[in-house]
Amino acid sequence: MAVMGGTERAAKFRWALIDVVVLVYALVPVLWIVSLSFKTKETLTDKNFIPREWTLQNYVEIFSTNQFLRALLNSVGIALIATVIAVVLGTMAAYAIARLDFPGKRLLVGVSLLIAMFPQVSLVTPLFEMERSLGLFDTWPGLILPYITFALPLAIYTLSAFFREIPWELEKAAKMDGATPAQAFRRVIAPLAAPGVFTTAILVFIFCWNDFLFAISLTSTTSSRTVPAALSFFQGSSQFEDPTGTVSAAAVVITVPIILFVLFFQRRIVAGLTSGAVKG
Amino acid sequence: MKAVSEGKKAERRLGLWLCAPAALVMIAVTAYPIIYSVWLSLQRYDLRFPAEREFVGLANYVTVLSNSYWWTAFGVTTFITVVSVVIELVLGMALALVMHRTLVARGLIRTVALIPYGIVTVVAAFSWRYAWEDTTGYLAQLFGDSAPLTQRASALAIIILAEVWKTVPFMALLLMAGLALVPEDLLKAASMDGATPWQRFTKVMLPVMKPAILVALLFRTLDAFRIFDNIFVLTSGAQQTGSVSMQTYNNLIRGLNLGVGSTMSVLIFLAVAVIAFLFVKVFGAAAPGNDGGKR
Repeated sequence: MAVMGGTERAAKFRWALIDVVVLVYALVPVLWIVSLSFKTKETLTDKNFIPREWTLQNYVEIFSTNQFLRALLNSVGIALIATVIAVVLGTMAAYAIARLDFPGKRLLVGVSLLIAMFPQVSLVTPLFEMERSLGLFDTWPGLILPYITFALPLAIYTLSAFFREIPWELEKAAKMDGATPAQAFRRVIAPLAAPGVFTTAILVFIFCWNDFLFAISLTSTTSSRTVPAALSFFQGSSQFEDPTGTVSAAAVVITVPIILFVLFFQRRIVAGLTSGAVKG
Repeated sequence: MKAVSEGKKAERRLGLWLCAPAALVMIAVTAYPIIYSVWLSLQRYDLRFPAEREFVGLANYVTVLSNSYWWTAFGVTTFITVVSVVIELVLGMALALVMHRTLVARGLIRTVALIPYGIVTVVAAFSWRYAWEDTTGYLAQLFGDSAPLTQRASALAIIILAEVWKTVPFMALLLMAGLALVPEDLLKAASMDGATPWQRFTKVMLPVMKPAILVALLFRTLDAFRIFDNIFVLTSGAQQTGSVSMQTYNNLIRGLNLGVGSTMSVLIFLAVAVIAFLFVKVFGAAAPGNDGGKR
């Protein structure tokens, strides 16, 4: 940028101010729910942004009820399994799209684009009916299946963008040395692709972790209800006379992994989200 | 020569095998249910009275399309979609410029901006709800101890606020990808020729970024149209703030009417298809990943 001497400090100061606006924008709603989760029952309605009295009571309460622990287990289990399957299937498909010439390639790209734009709510009623008759309603697989489906386009796009960046001469070299395409994929490309696969896994996990619509429509008991869905059942439940504190504490608990991902993998997440977009 | 074509065949076979599982799952969980949905929408099928299941043609469509609740929900959904996407585009562009150009703490800003993107929508929605509820809220207090979530206009405004807050960073990231494509030399040349920052923005940056903007708008519009989580937590659709997704959900869980529910599913699917079609054909949004339009 063409900024000279004295004006440079002014420019820096201006950017610092703008940065502060962004910080406040992004953090205030998060800090508010954190604040609520540490308020005592008596001060919960004092409307103060910062708690006047701090307590861990809300956290003690949620971790001593089965309702929350079971939901947390469901959330972690379902999101992890869906992520692993979606990333494995997505990696295979993205490799084929990025590297191989085969009939139906454009069709697959088109189909996954359609699914990325698909209104998930349109599936709620038919899936409800299908899963009831297949015995999948209110089970882990009943949620894992739609999660994989809607994570796949994301996985395929992100991964094929990463795969286009890989130095493919190495693959050729491996083939020259007598490796089959499958071997070249396993021995040479897979290790090189690991960072992209990892990034995709984070994005897919965030997607599954976030879902509410399927979680609330395709479950009916605590056996498969994930935390986002369970939160709305804290309301007016007899176990918690005033659910605000406990809902906030539970909300903070499921936000922790997101914050950790963002803190440690900011670069990767940005690269992953933008790689899929530039191609347009 | 023989060996080459053998290799090509092997490549094709491998390609198909690698794609088959992903394609099968996607089709089994979307294409089949939506076709099944069309079939269900032509029947009277209420889980409370399963014995009365029968083929009724387009009767369910007549029921839904002549229902004022449906049209209210449709209007609300359209309103929220248009208003929030416009605000998101403006704020998203501003945030993209900040993330792209800031001289101070660029990494920190990018990290912090990802928090709204990553946070669970329901969590953010609860935070907004407690902020605006008259019993707990610091924001409600700021605006004179009212209960804004119990009035239609203010409730809609809060729903849009929650939606915008959450998705501006995503919009900004998509736009930032477009910003990265703007050649620095071009900007320098423009400023040499005496272009103001605003002219540089509208005459140099926007034209280069147009494809990225259209893709971002397309994705955000379709996403905003299926708004559900925020409304569910903030108002549960009270005071006529429910979206079409809320209607479909309520009809399924409270009404257990699969025939009417499927009709709504099909109608929402068609609405989304129309939006996507308009974007691609009228505005010329290149479908991302479409090999034909690429580089």
